[in-house]
Amino acid sequence: MKNKFVYAIYIRTTQQKLWDALIKPEFTKQYWCNSHQESNWTQGSPWKIVLPDGTTTDMGEIIEIDPPKKLVLKWQNEWRPELKAEGPSRATIFLEPVGDTIKLTVTHEIEKDDSKFLGAVSNGWPAILSSLKSLLETGESHEHTRKTPTRDKCIV
Amino acid sequence: MDIVFKALADESRRQLLDKLHAHSGLTLSQLCEDLAMTRQAVTKHLRILEDANLVVSQKQGRNKLHYLNPVPIQQIAERWIDKFERSQLRLLTDLKKQLEGEADEK
Repeated sequence: MKNKFVYAIYIRTTQQKLWDALIKPEFTKQYWCNSHQESNWTQGSPWKIVLPDGTTTDMGEIIEIDPPKKLVLKWQNEWRPELKAEGPSRATIFLEPVGDTIKLTVTHEIEKDDSKFLGAVSNGWPAILSSLKSLLETGESHEHTRKTPTRDKCIV
Repeated sequence: MDIVFKALADESRRQLLDKLHAHSGLTLSQLCEDLAMTRQAVTKHLRILEDANLVVSQKQGRNKLHYLNPVPIQQIAERWIDKFERSQLRLLTDLKKQLEGEADEK
């Protein structure tokens, strides 16, 4: 059984800055494949990831939101048919102070064994999170995470 | 970063990571299965891996499940792999995998 992945990273920043960096377009464009998210960030509202040309790569719904601490998303890929076919996944983003850092934990799970979708995100999350850390701590994200992905070649 | 290299520099700990890579979310007892290590040794190694953030544990009911966290390894890669080398390296590792089959290198 392999239907849940957990990613954790410690970032020297404040909880509010990290929260903003996770949801605000001016930040996400720099480390999350030039994408931004659209949502009004309230429980039950729709949520999606959008590329600069307007393509929706992923969409879902806000299951739970408690800024600047916890965000739970219903998350379905819309871009690649074989990933969309697996149905919705659930992503939990959790922020907590640890010493002089904020621990960011991302949990991504799906009700399906050997999920291709989780396989795809398992390439994406580590790259995105380490780029986010660089952005917040040094002011510069990793160059390869700033590029707009294409359907056959994307890091998420 | 020292702490990550130290955690990785041990065969038994890499074995535990391999096990979590194959099966995400194992309990301590499941991790101990088929290993030539005592439960105490596994516990000790797990603590070192958790301190290095290579393993993350989460409570689920009465169980504590362990997950491989690949983010520190990604950070090591980001530090030394230049942006221009990335695609060439991917090609080389793909080629190596093809030529050697999917078997892990020893």
